Amino acid sequence: MDYKEYVIFKLAKESYGIDIDFVENIEKYTNITRVPYTKKYIKGVINLRGNIIPVIDVRRRFGIIDKEPDKDSRIMIINLVDQKVGLLVDSSSEVLQISNDDIEIAPKVTGNDDDYIKDIGKYNGRIIMIVALEKLLEIEALEEL
Amino acid sequence: MDMNQYMEIFIDESKEHLQSMNQVLLELENNKADVSHVNEIFRVAHTIKGMSGTMGFTKVADLTHEMENVLHLVRTKEIDVNDYIIDILFECFDSLESQITFIEDNSVESDEDNIALVNKLKEIVKTKSNTPSGQTTTAAPKQAEVKVVETVSNETFKIDVMQTSISILKKAIDAGFTVYKIRVVLSESCMLKAARAFIIFNSLENHGEVLLSHPSAEDIEDENFDNEFEVLYVTKESEEGIKKIFDSISEIDHIDIEIEDNLPEEVAPAVEAKKSVAKAVVEMSEDHESNDDGAMQGKSNKSKTSKTVRVDIDRLDNLMNLVSELIIVKTSMEEHDSDKSKNNMADAVEYLERITTSLHDAVMKVRMVPVERVFNRFPRMVRDLAKDLNKKIKLVMTGQETEVDRTVVDEIADPLIHLIRNSIDHGIESQDDRALRGKPNYGTVNLRAYPEGNNVVIEVEDDGNGIDPKKIAAKVVSKGLMTDKEVENLSDKEIQNLLFLPGFSTAEVVTDLSGRGVGLDVVKSKIALLGGSVDILSDVGKGSKFVIRLPLTLAIIQALMIFLDEEKYALPLNNISEITTIKSSSISLLQNQEVVLYRDKTLPIIRMKEVLELRSPEEREEREELTVVIVRKGSELAGLVVDSLIGQQEIVIKSLGSYLKGIPAIAGATILGNGGVALIVDPNQLF
Repeated sequence: MDYKEYVIFKLAKESYGIDIDFVENIEKYTNITRVPYTKKYIKGVINLRGNIIPVIDVRRRFGIIDKEPDKDSRIMIINLVDQKVGLLVDSSSEVLQISNDDIEIAPKVTGNDDDYIKDIGKYNGRIIMIVALEKLLEIEALEEL
Repeated sequence: MDMNQYMEIFIDESKEHLQSMNQVLLELENNKADVSHVNEIFRVAHTIKGMSGTMGFTKVADLTHEMENVLHLVRTKEIDVNDYIIDILFECFDSLESQITFIEDNSVESDEDNIALVNKLKEIVKTKSNTPSGQTTTAAPKQAEVKVVETVSNETFKIDVMQTSISILKKAIDAGFTVYKIRVVLSESCMLKAARAFIIFNSLENHGEVLLSHPSAEDIEDENFDNEFEVLYVTKESEEGIKKIFDSISEIDHIDIEIEDNLPEEVAPAVEAKKSVAKAVVEMSEDHESNDDGAMQGKSNKSKTSKTVRVDIDRLDNLMNLVSELIIVKTSMEEHDSDKSKNNMADAVEYLERITTSLHDAVMKVRMVPVERVFNRFPRMVRDLAKDLNKKIKLVMTGQETEVDRTVVDEIADPLIHLIRNSIDHGIESQDDRALRGKPNYGTVNLRAYPEGNNVVIEVEDDGNGIDPKKIAAKVVSKGLMTDKEVENLSDKEIQNLLFLPGFSTAEVVTDLSGRGVGLDVVKSKIALLGGSVDILSDVGKGSKFVIRLPLTLAIIQALMIFLDEEKYALPLNNISEITTIKSSSISLLQNQEVVLYRDKTLPIIRMKEVLELRSPEEREEREELTVVIVRKGSELAGLVVDSLIGQQEIVIKSLGSYLKGIPAIAGATILGNGGVALIVDPNQLF
């Protein structure tokens, strides 16, 4: 049976999954330096072992109210077409194998352009929203793929 | 064989050789009788031929081969160097240069045809005439047509005295030496021909000197010959003595010895030369075939060559030493950790600091290359420009050895080309005008480079027209870039700086070379991108000078760290002119811009917190005294209001990456001692 592995993260009790191939590592929360003249969901930049990595506040990106970072907060480092980006999430602690049969295309409910949830996965009665990274990061070139 | 691993070396070396060819060509043009220049060009062409042949770049090899043939005729004095020959050689140089550049980008030769050029060269060789012939454009004679079948009989020696320096031979003979041509025929059973030949060469060298061999020494080394080879040998030994030398070596079938006494005058040069050319052509067509494989391979694994820097071994050694010292400190720190002596720890840290500073210095030096790399192309460019514009130009270059960061060298070429073109095209007057003004016939362009503190200064100066502020002012107004009133208030210097406005071009006649609208603004932005600045100094009627200031290195800079609320920012020190405090009450509003009168000048005030979106103007807190960092952009100043100063610090510039590219006012980021990140403000983008 075909399945894929997803790294699961949580925002306000909901579970989201990202294809494990794109996740480089998961870092504890560190201080983020604000950068002016950027979209408001760009939280800033961090130093990851000598490299400057931009961090996206996924709560703001998804339109969920802000939350102060705490000890569970994590920055997931994503590597998408050689661009490294950090995703600030409430927590992230598991990797799940979800069978391809258990994945359905997300219903288009709202007229929202930001359809960054592409699929819905089911796992032991839980609902996992699979994130379309290129939409989340607004990398246009990739959307055609 | 996979050639890709050699590609970088090939590109690098070819470029170096081409550079020296360019230089020598220019010298040759000025002193056409100097044979040493011809020899040098010949040598370079030969080297490039060899390298490109090995790499399978047949077009380059073909062309250099024909160049060699022509140069050979020059060396043997069969044709004289004249403008036509020089032009042809320059054409060859251009073709080679463009091929090498193409190869660098694509790893294969370009399809661009150089047959016409090759034919011109062949024509010269064939007719032995240094004037252009009418039929150079006709269809390419196939190689087969030129291929003269080699019909050298066994009795005559293939070795050609003409390939060596006649003057040396004459001197040798005068000094009592004898010149022999020796043909050595190895026995059929000889297994290791190359080794045997090596022994023979060695024995000969013990008693005299081998000047030349046929086939070439390389070919003999590679066992690229049948059973026989020939040498041109200079010795005091008699014929008998030489035979004795050979007697002691086994596996030799027989030798033929001939005393070479009919030096140049007697030698029928035409015949000899023709023979050698014919031989060369045969060699070449063989090359051609064997190289096809290589070319195909190059095509299949296309790869980009990376940027390289050639480093003096001493600098690497120095680097290595520093790293080993670093390791020593590390170990000593580990030890101190256990025996808790604080004093020693402080020592070690101090030591560490010293090493890291030296290490930074050393690494910086490794990245440095002399500006010569850029300057080298200018004599040629100036020569061509002067020809096109019918002006007489002398280019004087100084300080070519000044070193700058590799990245700077690559980027600085275009702006300099632009400035030099400007100087020659717009700056230097026509010959008639110069005569009227009592200036020397020759226009002079000075190109200087010299270090100045943490900067490198490059100046382009001409003794031409100078820049007339009135003309510029009129132009700016007529183009609608500024109003009459605005221009009136400007100083001459400020007006001259208007040259850098986008869409400005003063040339009254738009020539092919400059005045096409893309002007000095491009130069300025390019140099600003490198963290540098451009200034104009000009005297009407006497000339003008463009001064470019560039940071020595891009990766590490000195910066002033400042606080804005809780956020730390870095301001590059080379932009800062001074730091002062001003009273809030002295700020006045001028056309919606806050200014203060500072040293009798109006100084625009920029509130950093508002520029960097930290606070909106409504949230501005009122303080009596403001800390102001005065920054310089060209000749303009502006005051940046900051909360407090932290101090000067050496910082490493890091890019924000492609995801966050193009953020205004931010030049990059740097990592702080505590692992946090501080943004680097680019003052050039603030006003």
